[in-house]
Amino acid sequence: MTHLDVLTIGPELLLVIFCLISLLVASFYDSINASNLVFFSTIGLLILVAFLIYISPYKMMPAFGGAFVRDSFAQYFQITILLSVAALLILSKEYLVKYQLLKFEYPILVAFSTLGMLIVVSSGNLLVLYLGIEIQSLSLYVIATFRRNNLKSTEAGLKYFVLGSLSSGLMLFGSSLIYGSTGSIEFKEIYAAINSGGFLLGIMAGLVFLISGMAFKASAVPFHMWTPDVYEGSPTPVTGFFATAPKLAAMAILLRVLFDCFGSAVESWQQVIIILSFCSMFLGSIAAIGQKNIKRLMAFSSIGHVGFALIGVACATEEGIAAVLIYMVIYVIMNVGVFAFILNMEREGVAVTNIESLAMYSDVSPGQAFFLAILLFSLAGIPPLAGFFAKFYIFSAAIDSGLIWLAISGGIASVVAAFYYLRIVYLMYFGESKELLTGSMPVTHWILFVGAALLMLVGTVNLYGLDGPAKVAAFSLLN
Amino acid sequence: MQASGVIFYFFSFIVVFSATLVVVSRNPVHSVLWLILTFFGASGLFILLGAEFLALMLMIVYVGAVAVLFMFVVMMLNINFRDLKSGFTRYLPVGLLIGLVLFVELSLIFGDWIPINFMNGSIQKAVDLELENTKQLGRVLYTDYILYFQLAGIILLIAMIGAIVLTHQRKRAVKRQDVLTQMYRDPERSIELKDIKPGQGL
Repeated sequence: MTHLDVLTIGPELLLVIFCLISLLVASFYDSINASNLVFFSTIGLLILVAFLIYISPYKMMPAFGGAFVRDSFAQYFQITILLSVAALLILSKEYLVKYQLLKFEYPILVAFSTLGMLIVVSSGNLLVLYLGIEIQSLSLYVIATFRRNNLKSTEAGLKYFVLGSLSSGLMLFGSSLIYGSTGSIEFKEIYAAINSGGFLLGIMAGLVFLISGMAFKASAVPFHMWTPDVYEGSPTPVTGFFATAPKLAAMAILLRVLFDCFGSAVESWQQVIIILSFCSMFLGSIAAIGQKNIKRLMAFSSIGHVGFALIGVACATEEGIAAVLIYMVIYVIMNVGVFAFILNMEREGVAVTNIESLAMYSDVSPGQAFFLAILLFSLAGIPPLAGFFAKFYIFSAAIDSGLIWLAISGGIASVVAAFYYLRIVYLMYFGESKELLTGSMPVTHWILFVGAALLMLVGTVNLYGLDGPAKVAAFSLLN
Repeated sequence: MQASGVIFYFFSFIVVFSATLVVVSRNPVHSVLWLILTFFGASGLFILLGAEFLALMLMIVYVGAVAVLFMFVVMMLNINFRDLKSGFTRYLPVGLLIGLVLFVELSLIFGDWIPINFMNGSIQKAVDLELENTKQLGRVLYTDYILYFQLAGIILLIAMIGAIVLTHQRKRAVKRQDVLTQMYRDPERSIELKDIKPGQGL
């Protein structure tokens, strides 16, 4: 270890030190004020770390003997993850206060899981990848159960824990098979070993186990079983959190492993990804139609979106990777907006998650109904909103790399999916209501909600200039 | 056969035999006892490999702590093992099928395996016989492997925070001893002396 290693991993180190200090301070001054202080300083620190990663001059040099790599690809994902976590933390404040869950452990666990995601994204070998995933998921299991007096929340946490440990086990088993066949856990050396020694059966089996584990984390079909239950049972801000940052991390590790390790054996994993993508898209769009709970609906929606993003992975081209990067960012912005709305769905102070209760919402608050409609149109991928361009990039990358039928089935799936997004819009404007919702919203939520909706409109102009960074990131991954 | 071969087969037999009995035995307490024997056999194998540190760790951590905890859990929690085993025959065919598929897969992988990387020395030898294990581990744990070591530490810390968050009940009604207030209590103000005449109440 040299001082360069420490400087490279500096932002993450800062996050760890912050967590440890605030853990100590808050447990000695155990009060609401301490919890508030930790809460807001965590939000501030996450943004600060994102900024530090953005300006970090120590990139492109692998630290710790190649175990930690902060290339443009990692930077792109890390900044997005940090900002989305900060946004979700801002959103979760009111909910936590209302249900008396505002303990200082919440922001600290969220920060720890963010740390896991940051490490996972810039991992350079299979061991760091595994450790990062464990840091991330272990904190997620706990915050899924954070409302521990609620039966559904504990059920969600337990289900997530049992199935999550199984998937971690699969990944570990896959890694050991790969290590046995190539003689190394370093991504670079595995790549070299495949080039020189051929693609042995052991590597193939290990790769399949690895992909299954990562598909579980990204909740791609057929590894999606946990998603609806966990999304429904977890406290709503935690659901919002699940739908954003961990998805980004899961897509990032999928790209990282497939291209850094197995970039020279595309034909051996392409089919697997195509099947995952195809099944996710269709299950996500068809199973969501019958849902009555908006959190379950968002779970299926997230499964569908992962399917679309996987098309870009299956292309195995620079264009495809760039399309995935753009897609994930737009997906996260849409989800932050939608969850800012879901968190405020209540009637006389009682939270409601039933879709039917949105009927005639346009009467209650025309402005909110309008902005939610924009977000839903964007989720459905209707032009000219940003969500359309995200899908457009993915499909054009698929067509360019010869996966025309996958692009066509993606188009069909998004038409099917449009039904349930538009049904909410229909309910808001033309539904028959028995009881209206309250429709108030705290200022911070309103800013994020309207901001996300406006970004969908602004995105049609130039996609916030994401194009350039995404291309650079994709390039750095492939080389 | 060499002596090491005999010892290897001896310990392997113990491991496989007692591992089978862990699964098969009816009484869960017996299962845990067989599990302990499995750990013993495994640590014997580690010593045979020259990994004496791992062998001792296995003894101390697994036999000393984990197995004892298992025993506590089995004895203290009132788990109905008959209920747990009720689906055994129903799920047996599926389990056997998956086991068979995995077994065939693994044997195929083994058939395809070329120890090419192991011959040209790209894998460092696991154990350097010049130095004892503890010294070797000590040399790399805080230098080459510091990142892994610290990340593993963070995982343990999160597990601890999680356990506290999910189970800790804050009881406001409980009165705790506060030594300082006890010591600074003024006898003048806390004790009142009364002279009570015989045959009279207060």
